[in-house]
Formats: sequence, C-alpha cells, structure tokens
Amino acid sequence: MKVLKLAWKNIIHNPLNLLLSIILFGLGIGLINFLILFNTQLKNKFDSNLAGIDLVIGAKGSPLQMILSSMYHVDAPTGNVKVSEVKAFLNPKHPLIKAAVPLSLGDNYKSYRIVGTTDSLMSFYNATISQGRFYDSDLEVVIGKAVADDTGLEVGDKFKSSHGFNDDEDLAHDHAAFIVTGIMNGTGSVIDQLILTNPSTVWNVHDHSDDSPMTTDQEVDHADHNHSDHDHSGHSHEGHSHDDHEHDQDGDGKPDHKPEEHHDHDHDGDGHPDHAAEDHTEHDHTNHAHGPLARTNAELLKFPDKEITTLLIKFRNRTNFQALSMPRSINENTDMQAASPAIEINRLYSMIGSGRQMLQWLAILIGIISAISIFIVLLKSMRERKYELALIRVMGGSRSSLYALITVEGMIMTAIGFFVGFIFSHVGMEILATSLKSSYKYSFSGWHFMKEEWILLVISLLIGVAASMIPAISAANMDIHETLNEK
Amino acid sequence: MLKVTSLKYKYQNGESFEFPDFQCKAKEQLLVLGSSGVGKSTLLHLLGGLLSTNKGSIELCNTDMTKLTNKALDQFRGTNIGIIFQKNHFISSLSVLDNLLMSQFFSGGKEDEEKCKSLLDRLNIKDKANKPINTLSEGQKQRVAIARVLANSPKLILADEPTSALDDDNCKEVISLLEEQAELAEAALVIVTHDARLKDIIPNQITLTHQSTLAK
Repeated sequence: MKVLKLAWKNIIHNPLNLLLSIILFGLGIGLINFLILFNTQLKNKFDSNLAGIDLVIGAKGSPLQMILSSMYHVDAPTGNVKVSEVKAFLNPKHPLIKAAVPLSLGDNYKSYRIVGTTDSLMSFYNATISQGRFYDSDLEVVIGKAVADDTGLEVGDKFKSSHGFNDDEDLAHDHAAFIVTGIMNGTGSVIDQLILTNPSTVWNVHDHSDDSPMTTDQEVDHADHNHSDHDHSGHSHEGHSHDDHEHDQDGDGKPDHKPEEHHDHDHDGDGHPDHAAEDHTEHDHTNHAHGPLARTNAELLKFPDKEITTLLIKFRNRTNFQALSMPRSINENTDMQAASPAIEINRLYSMIGSGRQMLQWLAILIGIISAISIFIVLLKSMRERKYELALIRVMGGSRSSLYALITVEGMIMTAIGFFVGFIFSHVGMEILATSLKSSYKYSFSGWHFMKEEWILLVISLLIGVAASMIPAISAANMDIHETLNEK
Repeated sequence: MLKVTSLKYKYQNGESFEFPDFQCKAKEQLLVLGSSGVGKSTLLHLLGGLLSTNKGSIELCNTDMTKLTNKALDQFRGTNIGIIFQKNHFISSLSVLDNLLMSQFFSGGKEDEEKCKSLLDRLNIKDKANKPINTLSEGQKQRVAIARVLANSPKLILADEPTSALDDDNCKEVISLLEEQAELAEAALVIVTHDARLKDIIPNQITLTHQSTLAK
C-alpha cells in the first residue's frame, strides 16, 4: 500500500514527464477498445437481425443491397417482384419452406420505413404488441418501439408518409393519413424502427384509384403522381424516387411487362375495373376500414398482379440439399434473385474487415510506441532519482522493494492510460452512435460495457510491467555504495 | 554494542584497506578522523551495511554483519542503523512527515506518526511537517535527516561529514544536537570526518592514516 502511495506521489510529482506517454497509451488503447466496441455492436446488430432468415428473394440486382434493404433497412431495394412470380413460395404447403414473409417497401415517415407485410414478420423478431392492437385494415399501422419513442406517435395518432426512404417533405403523399393502431415492445432488433402495415396499404398509397377519398387539391397532386407512374424511367421531377420501388422494375429494362402494367394502371386510372381495382373500389366505397386486405400469404395470393419488394424465407430444414440448391435455381431460372443473409453479411464483414485490420495495426503500433515512451520516461526518472532510490535501500528497503516501486509506477502509468483510452473510446462510440442513429435509425450506444475491457485493462497493466522491467532491474541492481559516493 | 575486529576490504580494482579494531558502546560517541583517500567512506559504508566483506567482523548488538545475507543485511540495516549523509537526500515527491513515515515503512518497523511528530517537535521543525521537502533550507533539511534517522530508533547512528559545510557556530550546534539525540535514543554515534574542529568536542576518537589503512 505504501509502495503504491509512493509510486503515485512520484508520478504526480513530475506530471509533464508522463503526459505524452499517457496520451499516447490512451490513444492506442482507446482506438483498440473503440474497434472492439464498434465491432461487437455491429455484429450484434447484424446477428440479432438475421432472425433465423435463411433466404431473401427479390428483384435482380446486388444481392448485398437486397439484404441490406430488406433485412437491415439501410439501403434502397433492388426493385419489386410480382406476387404471381413468388406464388410458389407463399404456398403454406411448400415442402422446404417453413415461413415466408412478404415485404413491400416504398414509403417512410420521418425516415422510419413503412413496411407492408404480414403478421409473421413480428414473430421472426419475437416482437409483440405492447399497446393497442395489430393492424386490421388499410392505412392502419403498428409501429416499433424506437419509432414510438422518437416520433412520439401514440395509438390513435394519424400521420402522413413521404415517398422513398429519406424524410423529404416535397415527396409527402398528400392523400392518405395512416393511423397508429398498435405499438410493439422493444426487441433490440431492426423491427423496433419499422412501421408495419398491410401490403395492400402500400399498394393503395401508390396505385391510386379515383375512388380514394381526397380533396380537390390532393387530386391535382395525385394526377401528377399517376403521370409519373406511367411515364417511367425518371422522366419527371417526382419520378426519381418513384424509381426506387414498384416502377423501378419496369425501368430496369423489362419491356415485356411494361405494356401490361401500363394497361393495369390505365384501368385503375380510368376507373375501368380490373380485378384488383374492382376489389379496391368496392371496399373503399363500402367501408374504409375493410379495404382489400392481404394480411396473410393466402390473402396475398388473391392479388397476383400486385407487387412486393422481397420475400423473407425460413426453411423447414436449412441443411436439406434441396433447400441449399434453391437459391441457385432461383437465380438461374427466374427473373428474380435469391440471396442468403448469412453469406452476404459475411461478405460485408470481409469487405470492412481489411479497413478494420489496418486501424487495429495502427492502434497496436501506437501502443508499442507509447510503451517505449513509458520505458524511456521511467529509465530517465530512475536515473534522476538514483540517490532517492539508494536512500530507500539505506533505510532498509530491499532490492525487491525498489523493483516493485518502479514496476508499480509503470503500471500506474498504463492504468491511467487505459482509463484515458476507455473514456476516449466510449465517448467516441457515443458520438458515432448519435450520428448513426440520425442517419440510419440504428441504435448503437457508447454506454455499452464489455468484459473484454477487463482483459484490455489486464493487458495494459502487463504492458506497464514490461515497459518498467529494465528500469526496475537496474534500480534493483544499483550499487548503493557507488551511488552514494558520487557526490 | 559496536565491535570491529580485523576488518579488511578489497575493491575489485585491487585497492584494499585494513582498519584498526575499535568499539563503541550505547550512548557513546566515536570520532573517526582521516584525510581523504584513507578509506573513511569505505569504513562508513561497511559499518552501515552498504558494503559487505568477508574479512574480519563487525558486531552490532551481538550480530556479525559480515555473516548476513543481502536480504537479511537490508533488514538489519533498516532496524538497527541510521545514516546521516554529508549531503541530505530525501524522497523529493513527499512531505517532511511522509519522508519520516516512509523511512519507518522501509525499515520494516511500525509507522508511528505521533513519534515522528514529536521528533520534529524536538528538532524545532514541527511547523514544516506537511511542507514539501524541497521547500526547506539546508539547515532545516539536516534536522529532518536527523529526525528521519531517529524515527527508526537505531542502535547505531553513523554520520558522514555532518559538519564540513558548516561555520564554527553551526558546527558546534549540529554536533551537540547529534550527541544529545543519540543519547536520548540510547544509540551509539560514530562520526566519520576530516573536520579537525571536532577533535576538541568528541574525546573518543581514532585516526585513520595511509600507513595504518593501506594494505601492504
């Protein structure tokens, strides 16, 4: 205890000596700890959001983009697919598929994505309704905990969405207000930041029929919207972000579908009821709360011409040979693509891995330089204080007490460096978390502590022991007689 | 109390010294005189257990220091011997009182703050107890050095040229202070010096000369 006190007094007696060493050491440790913190949280986010999903099916494009957009909700979707195209996978009797959940993307509210889906999505993430009830009819939504906390929406509140995935008031849909019917409990996964509704809501918000309840003003806007629907491929000012979803597919160069769709839309627009539009108008007329619904996969199958963005699939047995070959057969034989989240996320990891590795080496290098600097500081201060150290021997202190003293001084320095780095890394993580939260709605945190940090503390102390080894040995082996005779 | 018999020391460079036999009892004072180069420092460091030799014997309180192992010698020195150096060294990061307490700690004894404070009081520097050691004047530092030695209640107090830098008045004062405190502590006091002024103050003395110490 006394040695610790003396070591501490010695250290604070000459604080300038230490400042550089401690800042350097803190920087090295801080960087390493930051990388560990960020990596762990990123991995946790990715892993918890895998949610046992084995396969994602969607429009052709970048598989990673499709995974990011439909499982992590951070990128734009690759396009849409028709319900008729994925019909086979929606069949509850499919021999390989245990669960298939459709996602329809296209709108957001304050950057929180509105997802048209079935109630199975909630079970994927073990989410339950904590307030209110599940959505039942069109324009009813259930919101995630993070959405509720951030926007202050409560059950019964109404809001208007905007188009695309960025909060942009110019793209606000003027027609319909969503109503919150329920709020989910917090799960720590991506579903917390989603707004769930029927796929049919998403369709209706975009495929407007003349029958939708709206004011004259809105109708003008609506006509615009339809216009851009039909004049595809980023013609008009509004067209850009419309490309993001349904119409993207057409723009992606599938001219064979184009006339067909065009036809559909024309029907909608002209009020000549095709099958889907007929349902829609009927229900809208009778009672808005009982619109054409697609709450389950079976109901979804009634709308073969409508589009969904992706389909999330869980296999009955993921090691089954046929299940394993399913993605390849989809990629080769259809106009859709299938991607495995686990594979794509591993690919993403290996891409960011090399950058991380570079930073890690940099951190280690800084750590080594700071250890050398601590070694030099200790050696220098030991030489300056050799009379003091000799005196300790004269007073009865043994060689080992001098060894202990110098070693403890080294350990105190690295311990301080550790705490400086510890604070650096957590504050840095919190700053990053704040910025990630505002741009991606992902909740990272700087106040998440890990047991690895204890290991880092132990390593820091060991570096202190190692850096002070030579100064400590030379202090212990000092010839007191010689030292005291040097006058 | 202290008994030195046929003590010799040989340096690695071949230089060697032979010392006359002498002894010193508790509450007694002994003056070891000699000019530079006759082995005064060597004798002081041998007596203080800072150097060890296997030729001859140094008995203190019936223990032959030349027979002790390094570790035992460290401990023995801490408990039984106090050394006052010509130049006073302290642990500069500590206060006056903490220097005394640290000395008690390293000597393996019990830390006794009351005792340290009363020693500082006795040496008229109690008001400096919590001051950083480097703020004191040289004279005050010498008093602290004496207090530090006394804090461990040693059986033998060694003083290395305690007066060489002092004027006559201060010289007398320091010596009488040392004598007085050593007597109070019931310790033997050995002063090693070339300062001839002390000849008249301390009657019990031996003189080292080149003829007597340089080995043939």
